[in-house]
Amino acid sequence: MTVPLPLAEVGFVEPWWVQLIKSVILFAIAVQIVPIVLLAERKLLARFQHRYGPNRVGPMGAAQPLADIIKLATKEDFRPSTSIGFLYALAPVISLLTAFAAFAILPFGDVANVFGQDVGLYGLDVGIGVLYVFAFGAIAFYGLMLGGWASGSKYSFLGAMRAAAQLISYEVAMGLSLVGVLMMAGTLSLPAIVEAQSNVWYIVPQFVGFLIFLVSAFAETNRAPFDLPEADAELVAGYNTEYGGAKFASYFFAEYVNILVVSGIAVTMFLGGWQLPFVDPPGFLDPFVVFAKIFLFVFLFVWIRATLPRLRYDQLMSFGWKVLLPLATLNALVTAIVVVAVS
Amino acid sequence: MTWNPGDDMLVVQRAPQPGAAGGAYRTFGETLRGLKTTMARLFEGPKTISYPEEKVPVYPRFRGRHRLHRFEDTGLEKCVGCSLCAAACPADCIRVVAAENTPENRVSAGERYAAVYEINLSRCIFCGYCEVACPFDAITMGHDYEMSDYNRSDLIFTKEMLLDEPLERTPLRNEGE
Repeated sequence: MTVPLPLAEVGFVEPWWVQLIKSVILFAIAVQIVPIVLLAERKLLARFQHRYGPNRVGPMGAAQPLADIIKLATKEDFRPSTSIGFLYALAPVISLLTAFAAFAILPFGDVANVFGQDVGLYGLDVGIGVLYVFAFGAIAFYGLMLGGWASGSKYSFLGAMRAAAQLISYEVAMGLSLVGVLMMAGTLSLPAIVEAQSNVWYIVPQFVGFLIFLVSAFAETNRAPFDLPEADAELVAGYNTEYGGAKFASYFFAEYVNILVVSGIAVTMFLGGWQLPFVDPPGFLDPFVVFAKIFLFVFLFVWIRATLPRLRYDQLMSFGWKVLLPLATLNALVTAIVVVAVS
Repeated sequence: MTWNPGDDMLVVQRAPQPGAAGGAYRTFGETLRGLKTTMARLFEGPKTISYPEEKVPVYPRFRGRHRLHRFEDTGLEKCVGCSLCAAACPADCIRVVAAENTPENRVSAGERYAAVYEINLSRCIFCGYCEVACPFDAITMGHDYEMSDYNRSDLIFTKEMLLDEPLERTPLRNEGE
């Protein structure tokens, strides 16, 4: 069932009340997963460094994210006297909003029958699929840029400048790396791309594209070794230097939701979404399969963070423009030729 | 023009030549090697000693908080109030006021005893000179090192505190451990 809407085609539409419930549930899931990722990262990073990590609050430190969030939320809501008040408050909201909006189209499963009602296990199956993610990724720059600019501090400004330059350069390579997948699947809709991988996951034919996507994903989410925008050693903390309390928590939250989104896109595009090789799990297990795969990526994110040192700024730029971008273009070109030749 | 190290040099270690494909391959390989290294650390498990719960045993000659001693058979104090420890102390943190032993009130084995024996632990540098100076081995350095307190005056240890057993024993490392 394809319903034309003013903005984009939607693949599967439920009644309005199902969509409402679904969006609330998706939001709740995102909010619940982030503390788990947070704790997993701190624990894993500690183990990589021969440490225990947080183990004081709750059993095995399980309540640590809760304690952190309570601490941040109850802090004084301040702003620097040089800051631009409205933008300073708006910037973290933009970051958070775009992160959650992008989370909405991750497919966690096919259309499933829940209590006699057909429900697609995703926020929305839009025909523009990946472009939606990139659109919100582009708006997310404003969160970082405005935050750095409105803080009225030189470190924030430097961090924001770096963030803008880095995100723009790597978004190009990221988009191009996915073009190969899109050409092979012949559609932009994420559930359809997953369906197209029922024979072979796209990580096999599109391995180069996967690597390019992975590297640019690290840059897009400002994670080590591309964490130049926050570079705590050089820039104090980059664009969020002047932020504290709940506003800082919003930035922090958005960063982790972004990690989830990027991991989810990678799972959808290259790892066959909810599909498993050789076995066909029942429909209700689909979201768990997706989350297991997402957590593989989260582990990879932490692993890379524990291993690689931060790149120098000029290395970052030349790597993005001189290596990743030509490679992604070449990958798209070769894929196009192969796809045409095969069909 | 490469540098010639001379004829007596057999092996010269040189950095790999930068090259497009080879360089990229090397970078990739080195990244994987780094990932392998950190992964091995993950499986080794934590090396942390969770301090307040687990303590590192101290060596037998560890110089911790001072102890004053009594004779085990008679129960008399070994200290005779000679103030040699106070004289030896470079931080000037020991205060001894001596008094005469009387037949009714015999505190130490000698002629005199220390009526007041105070060590200001906030000044003490734990050099152990008092232990060396003592002619009767009455003062020794113990093994306790957990002496933090909320009040500066609480760190002035009196004779009774120094004579008593410590509240909590510090683990001691055995010979050859």
